Amino acid sequence: MSVRGLFFAGGRPAELLIRGAHVLDPRSGLDGPADVLVRGGEIAELGAPGSLTAPEGAETVAAEGLHLFPGFVDPHVHFRTPGQEHREDLASGTASAAAGGFTAVIAMPNTSPTVDDAPVLRSLRDAAEQQARVPVGFLAAITRGLGGSELTEMAELRDAGALGFTDDGKPVVAAGMLRRALQYQRLSGGVISLHEEDPSLSGEGVMHEGEISARLGLAGIPSISESTMVARDSAIAAYEEGRVHFQHLSCVESVEALAAWKAAGARVSGEASPHHLTLTDEAVRSLDSRFKMNPPLRTESDRRALIAGLKDGTIDCIATDHAPHARHEKEVPFEQAPMGVTGLETAFASVYTELVRPGLLPLALVVEKLSAGAALYDLCTPKIEVGQPANLALVDLDEEWVVGAEGYVSRSENSCFHGRNFRGAVRLTIAAGTIAHRASAHGATASSPTTTGATA
Amino acid sequence: MSAKHLLSIDDLDRDGIERILDRAASFAEVADREIKKVPALRGRTIVNLFYEASTRTSSSFELAAKRLSADVVSIRASSSSVTKGESLKDTIQTLSAYDPAAIVIRSPHAGAAGLVAGWTDAAVVNAGDGKHEHPTQALLDVFALRERLGSLDGVRIWIVGDVLHSRVARSDILAFTRMGAHVTVSGPPTLIPRGIEALGCNVEPTLDRLPEADVVYVLRMQQERMSEAYVPSLREYAMRYQIDRDRLQPHQVLMHPGPVNRGVELSADVIDSPQALIVQQVEAGVVVRMAVLYELLAGAAGKPRPEGQLPEHERARGSLVGAGVIR
Repeated sequence: MSVRGLFFAGGRPAELLIRGAHVLDPRSGLDGPADVLVRGGEIAELGAPGSLTAPEGAETVAAEGLHLFPGFVDPHVHFRTPGQEHREDLASGTASAAAGGFTAVIAMPNTSPTVDDAPVLRSLRDAAEQQARVPVGFLAAITRGLGGSELTEMAELRDAGALGFTDDGKPVVAAGMLRRALQYQRLSGGVISLHEEDPSLSGEGVMHEGEISARLGLAGIPSISESTMVARDSAIAAYEEGRVHFQHLSCVESVEALAAWKAAGARVSGEASPHHLTLTDEAVRSLDSRFKMNPPLRTESDRRALIAGLKDGTIDCIATDHAPHARHEKEVPFEQAPMGVTGLETAFASVYTELVRPGLLPLALVVEKLSAGAALYDLCTPKIEVGQPANLALVDLDEEWVVGAEGYVSRSENSCFHGRNFRGAVRLTIAAGTIAHRASAHGATASSPTTTGATA
Repeated sequence: MSAKHLLSIDDLDRDGIERILDRAASFAEVADREIKKVPALRGRTIVNLFYEASTRTSSSFELAAKRLSADVVSIRASSSSVTKGESLKDTIQTLSAYDPAAIVIRSPHAGAAGLVAGWTDAAVVNAGDGKHEHPTQALLDVFALRERLGSLDGVRIWIVGDVLHSRVARSDILAFTRMGAHVTVSGPPTLIPRGIEALGCNVEPTLDRLPEADVVYVLRMQQERMSEAYVPSLREYAMRYQIDRDRLQPHQVLMHPGPVNRGVELSADVIDSPQALIVQQVEAGVVVRMAVLYELLAGAAGKPRPEGQLPEHERARGSLVGAGVIR
């Protein structure tokens, strides 16, 4: 089935009463304990704690002490299908998303074959309608085969359901090529999302260029390889009055460039990933390939700039850039390992543990930024309000868990947070009115929601 | 050596370096004998796994192991199943089936030795991993310098040339500073990595102040590692950075890790001068690598196995040392 540009397998609409959770939705102004009744795919009723009763046959989730958030939306995931299903596919990827509290995700087109024509996109939509546990949207390539030289049939791809366009994984190197895509965007619509990197500056680089790359003898990727492209492409977008979104921003210079172009009125937006918000290139000292991704982990001042950018609105949303790789692909020397880390299952917990608990970011802001990607792609933003589609994440903020201790829902295990002790575990995810995830991992014990009902 | 492996100079403090050098000095006497062997590692297996071309490092590791009476297997990537696409992990697991006491590995990739250490019970010696480290080279450099100067304390060492692509430079900066020397790196700005000061050295873009140096350590221009032009020409490089008779002061010691590009980073006349320590560096290679293998496998911090599992030859080890075969 499809819901406004998103595709998923659907399922029996959940009927359940979530009783007494602390409901936090900055967009609808909710911040306190409440009862929430989910029925018919929607949030059917909202009331003071203890005020609602479960209808006949409905399940009751005793959620006192837990937090209920609007479902998270990740506008940047790699589900590796078609062609690389040994890393991930729509079923495993959306299950991983659901385990992280995500109720909608947007998959990137750098698959094999590339999503650069309508038939490939249609086959993905069909697959999603069979397999996807949470709704998935798709971006199509800007250029054929991500080759950077020929535009895809953007208009037809839009008709086939592409939410927008990206050559993610690669930059659009030629300025003239991007300009043409932005001109064509007036016909096709759809956001153009950009992985920013000037290959003449990033070269053979495998990590951030700085003291640690100097120490390790690894070729560096200077921050200017990203920021010069953010500035260049903002200028092109402004000139063409086009709409661009900058993916996985990593450095202070990029945040500054984005802020300047936003102030100048350009239609630009940006995202930051949990790993760039919580880790630095110090982690690479271990030469563990789980810390290898592109753009690379940068310095503490870069990390601080990203946090400040989220706070002041320069950075619009948090996106994981979930990029699964098989174990044997990552179990090689750092330079040989592919770029990318998984992120869906750890997104909330990493940001909550590393940024919210130490007081660097308010919880409400994180909750908002974890679903703000929806609006950037003209998708419906999850909202806890009567009559809204039920997209919800029920989270135990106090639960401690060790990343990877009980494996991963994703088919891949290349988490840069592997082994870390995090607070904040997703207990239940309701996506488009269906139960997409119910915690069994993380040692569901006393803190797990107890359920009662007709069948319990 | 406190660690089980030698992956980086960071595995050693000053005492650890000195212990290896002292051990190497005792082996240097053995090297002067007609029969150059000691039975310290008899019956134990050492695997040399080289994924990169090497003459002096591989031959000196092989000789070091043989002089310690170990059984040596030397594998070169070009002649093994590596060329059939076997992964490093699978290769190590295969070789580990022979129960080697040590694996000596050279790889074109940073961190390869560290990975190997996680996949085998053997002691792992890093014989060069990408542009990261080459700790035994640094140890032999310190050994050769100490023989010449007595001590490195307060000695001013200039490392000149292609620092960017040099694992030798990285290990040397760490080892020299740890031994009390002051290190300056100099070379074309395109070949000096941004942030190198964090290793504890100064950076000088020109050789103007080179006369201040006590030791001039010249790096090889690693043309084989350069995927693009970092200098406009070797001619211009030589004009600005070649160490020749005019640039080398009479009081200075000259070093080079080899192999030398004659007429590029060094002029022929200085290579053959008595100031050059280049031959001594090669000589030091064998005894220092003997000392490293000995310290890892038989020394005070050698591989602790449960007493009951000690094979016959290992139980006899103490008596060999006591009998003065090893001092």
